[in-house]
Amino acid sequence: MSPAAINPVIQGGWGLRASLALAALLVLAFSIGLAVSIGEVPIPLFATYQAIANKLFGTAFELSRIQEGIIWDYRLSRALVAACCGGALAISGAILQALLRNPLAEPYVLGISAGASTGAVSVMILGVGAGLITLSMGAFAGAVIAFILVTLLAAGAGGGSDRIILAGVAGSQLFNALTAYVVTTSANAEQARGVMFWLLGSLGGVRWEDVYLAAPIAIIGFAVCQLHARALDAFTFGIDAAAALGIPVLRVRLILFGLTALMTATMVGIVGSIGFVGLVVPHAARFLVGPAHARLLPASLMIGAVFMVLADIVSRIIVPQQILPIGVVTALFGAPAFALILYRARKPQ
Amino acid sequence: MSIATTDISWSTAGRMIVDGVTIHVAPGKTLGLLGPNGSGKSSLLRLLCRLRRVASGVITLGDVDITQMSRLSIARRVALVEQQATTEALVTVLDVVRLGRTPHRGPLSPWTKADDDAVENALGHVGMESKRDQSWQTLSGGERQRAHIARALAQTPSELLLDEPTNHLDIQHQLEILSLVSRLPVTSIVALHDLNLAALFCDMVAVLQQGRVVAAGTPEEVLSETLIRDVFGVRAHIDRSPHHGRLQIHFSPDVEMALRRAAE
Repeated sequence: MSPAAINPVIQGGWGLRASLALAALLVLAFSIGLAVSIGEVPIPLFATYQAIANKLFGTAFELSRIQEGIIWDYRLSRALVAACCGGALAISGAILQALLRNPLAEPYVLGISAGASTGAVSVMILGVGAGLITLSMGAFAGAVIAFILVTLLAAGAGGGSDRIILAGVAGSQLFNALTAYVVTTSANAEQARGVMFWLLGSLGGVRWEDVYLAAPIAIIGFAVCQLHARALDAFTFGIDAAAALGIPVLRVRLILFGLTALMTATMVGIVGSIGFVGLVVPHAARFLVGPAHARLLPASLMIGAVFMVLADIVSRIIVPQQILPIGVVTALFGAPAFALILYRARKPQ
Repeated sequence: MSIATTDISWSTAGRMIVDGVTIHVAPGKTLGLLGPNGSGKSSLLRLLCRLRRVASGVITLGDVDITQMSRLSIARRVALVEQQATTEALVTVLDVVRLGRTPHRGPLSPWTKADDDAVENALGHVGMESKRDQSWQTLSGGERQRAHIARALAQTPSELLLDEPTNHLDIQHQLEILSLVSRLPVTSIVALHDLNLAALFCDMVAVLQQGRVVAAGTPEEVLSETLIRDVFGVRAHIDRSPHHGRLQIHFSPDVEMALRRAAE
């Protein structure tokens, strides 16, 4: 680690932070506008904002009904879910990295996403819960079970921050196999095709109901995590060190792990399992604002949201006439970043 | 008494680690915890700040039973310096020392002048003012230990617990850290391996063997050739140093004694 890497790019007082937060919101609004205007039927960026203003503020800009319909009914909900999803996954990654003290920790690597997929598929195809539990609840149960299994496996293997990643690999394999088993034995051909596409991460078919689920979870999740920002800092030197600083360690870990599972499960339930956002974004945020969680968490939220919205645009335009699963796009960016982090985290020879 | 224990015990995995320990430390004094590996020194320190809960017995801070105190109020009063605690996070010395203010701040309260003063004071005590912006990853072992002590001092504790703070340090840093600790205006309990350093810097020592206190008092009262033979299994000769006036322990290699103990 070079000493130069320690100074975050952005430092400064409240004024600078407030203007940065505002700038981040504008960038997010702009990328959402872009995501709405780019597509098979191109819509001018300006018309996008006019349509949103018509709906939100009752303005009366003249727009074609088809355009307004595409904007409001299809693309805006999709872009908003992408933003919530990216933000929530990025915060989940930052929380897991802090609590497990491992730079490679994130929901996808630890098998939490795989567990959520298995839970969702069980509800969707096997009908577990007989219609009483929703897909999201199934995903949450799967995520929690996967997380408990992986942490128990890691503890059984002697604990330590490397073990949890290995246990995560085992957990991911197990739950992916279970999902594949359920899909191949119980689903009909059409269901199987749909599930496989969803598993790779897909924003197709996202509607406003999904926004009403994803947005509160992402916003409340962020707010609760932000309240625990100082507690997260106290985990820098481990659990005992945090406890010696007066942190109610058990309670904080339960709340934050539970919240991570909830955020991951909700997003997996809507858009499938999307990897590497939780891994790459917190590292980028740390590079920009430093390791203190009071700044790291909001930065991760905003960068994650923008990253996902942009990844959605890329997934729709990179291959003409075809939409790539968004998970493929994030993995294409994320896997090299994973390698880079691994390389930088190596022990000095 | 600043910190006192009455007949405390703690066991884990069916093994008694701390077995009926009673110690008293007067305010401002430095107590050295001595004893061979696995004699329960680290566990005792963890019990004292309630990172582990005693199975029986009572620990008091001031005159208050610590089971009656909240985790936060203990952290405002007792600071712990663990053995070789490290991190892979890209934090600076200042970030680490500021962690010491955690128990004094609410989740939303801003950073105050009092916080700043405590941090500056702590950095000054360990002589790390000029290294405040240096990355943790670039610090030497001695500097990391000093940063940890500064973090503990920023907690503005009245009791400071240190777990083998001189491990892996060169002799200059060993002397530096212990003379710093003994000069601090707080009550300190230090787990130590080096008996000469204990004789040099501790007001009182307590010797642990298999979780029990086998001797306690001033270094002069406690450290004897018989005790060192019985507890550590080595032959020692003790005299008073003509240079600093404290006890000086000379160890002689005794292969026979080591073999006999190994056979037991």
